[in-house]
Amino acid sequence: MRPLTEAETRAVFEKLGKYIGENIQLLVDRPDGTYCFRLHRDRVYYLSEKLLKLAASVPRESLVAPGTCFGKFTKSQKFRLSVTALDFLAPYAKYKVWVKPGSEQSFLYGNHVLKSGLGRITESTAQYQGVVVYSMADVPLGFGVAAKSTQECRKVDPLAIVVFHQADVGEYVRNEDTLT
Amino acid sequence: MAAVRVEAVLAAAEEQEAEKRRSITVEKELELEYDLGNLLAVDRNPPPAAALRGAGPRREALLRALARDNTQLLVSRLWELPAERAGGAGGPLVAQLPEPTFRLPREKPAPKPRPPTRWEQFARLKGIRRKKKTSLVWDEQAKEWRRRWGYRRAGGDPSRAWLAEVPAGADPEEDQFARLRREKRERVARNELNRLRNLARAHRAGSAVPAAPLHPTGHQDRDELRRVARVARVSTASLGRFQPRLPKEPAEPPSRSGGKKRRFQPLLGNLAAERSRQLELLRDMGSKKPVLDITRAVNKQLRQEEAEAAAANKGKKQSKRGKRGRRQQRPGRSGKKSGARRQPQQQKPAGGGRRKKA
Repeated sequence: MRPLTEAETRAVFEKLGKYIGENIQLLVDRPDGTYCFRLHRDRVYYLSEKLLKLAASVPRESLVAPGTCFGKFTKSQKFRLSVTALDFLAPYAKYKVWVKPGSEQSFLYGNHVLKSGLGRITESTAQYQGVVVYSMADVPLGFGVAAKSTQECRKVDPLAIVVFHQADVGEYVRNEDTLT
Repeated sequence: MAAVRVEAVLAAAEEQEAEKRRSITVEKELELEYDLGNLLAVDRNPPPAAALRGAGPRREALLRALARDNTQLLVSRLWELPAERAGGAGGPLVAQLPEPTFRLPREKPAPKPRPPTRWEQFARLKGIRRKKKTSLVWDEQAKEWRRRWGYRRAGGDPSRAWLAEVPAGADPEEDQFARLRREKRERVARNELNRLRNLARAHRAGSAVPAAPLHPTGHQDRDELRRVARVARVSTASLGRFQPRLPKEPAEPPSRSGGKKRRFQPLLGNLAAERSRQLELLRDMGSKKPVLDITRAVNKQLRQEEAEAAAANKGKKQSKRGKRGRRQQRPGRSGKKSGARRQPQQQKPAGGGRRKKA
């Protein structure tokens, strides 16, 4: 476990910023205590100072996961968000997509969101903007990338993809052994 | 009775003969491809796949038989070559092999290209191309084609000329022949020095860590000295840990290879500082201002200056102060411009002397 380098921090923040914009500040600077990002086995964890001090005494080989995993660095040093970060993305998300109850299951099985399943979408969502996907009951289901801007969404045919799937809470079941 | 016996004997003899022949006649569906120069035969016939499958004594025997048959074919081809007795009638029989046709792959890896010399680097930077010149030129006086350089060159060797002009402004007492000889000697020496430097540079580029000490080139450049000093510094029992530091040396002990060691912030360091660093980074990213890359900016500025200097130089290529003019264009020196012009003796005594000679 170690702190992130400058380049790594930049990569993480750039990816987070696609979903929550400048709200990253609220993650970095929290009134309820000191929280920090730490790298462990190429994965980025978000944890409190208290937890960090506890985890510091655990040998590296024995440590499975300190805190909340935000994602991992690929071998080519790109950062990928994982669904475990959803708890921190959802409250701060700037652009949201709500899916209809009928297509919730399809999304949770790892499929893209089609126009037919689109319930609501935040106004002024640009194309390729990172969005957080909610059910109509405002339960965060995952996140993805808007394939069409809000304006385009109104015109496209019902079978067109409007949100590219990136992660969903179904992964807790599907990828149970690789999620940490 | 007797006739039958004779026939039987003949048949037996024939069989024996056939048995003897069987070992040297090999039947193949496809003819083998031979390259007798390399003593090589290539068998394109597919091997009996079913029999070769799996390990075991049977497969081994089959492979042995196949190899024997093919060798037999090759050897019988060798016997068809023209042969002669070496060293008289009683000597061994020697066959004359034809030229090899099969190109064997080379044993060693292909040689690496020689690293470019200093001049080649410079020429590439400036886009200077080599002009092809014929080696023979027409000599008007001799009325024949002669070499451009070297022995019996066109126009005669200037060092062997019987007459040398005294340049305007030169000392009339000075021996012009001696001057020409001296200048030639200097040119040769400088060329040799440059050659050695190029060799040393190529040698250095090949190995990151110089195992050997300095090259006995007479002149060591700064980089080389620094590298050797660094190696010497860490070559103690404690890997340089207790070596006294020089005044301007960094506190961090240098690594042997000269590379920068990857260092991370401490796990439980100053968390407040970490947070403020991250907030700073966020502000940076939010402002969308392009980050100033100092190295890139400096390079850009240098290139621009160089281009300007080259453009200015092109205009007055014929004028004598081409090099000096370029030098004075540097921003740091512009203030000295007038002073340098007024007192050339003080500023550049060597340059002034050379100018007089030329």
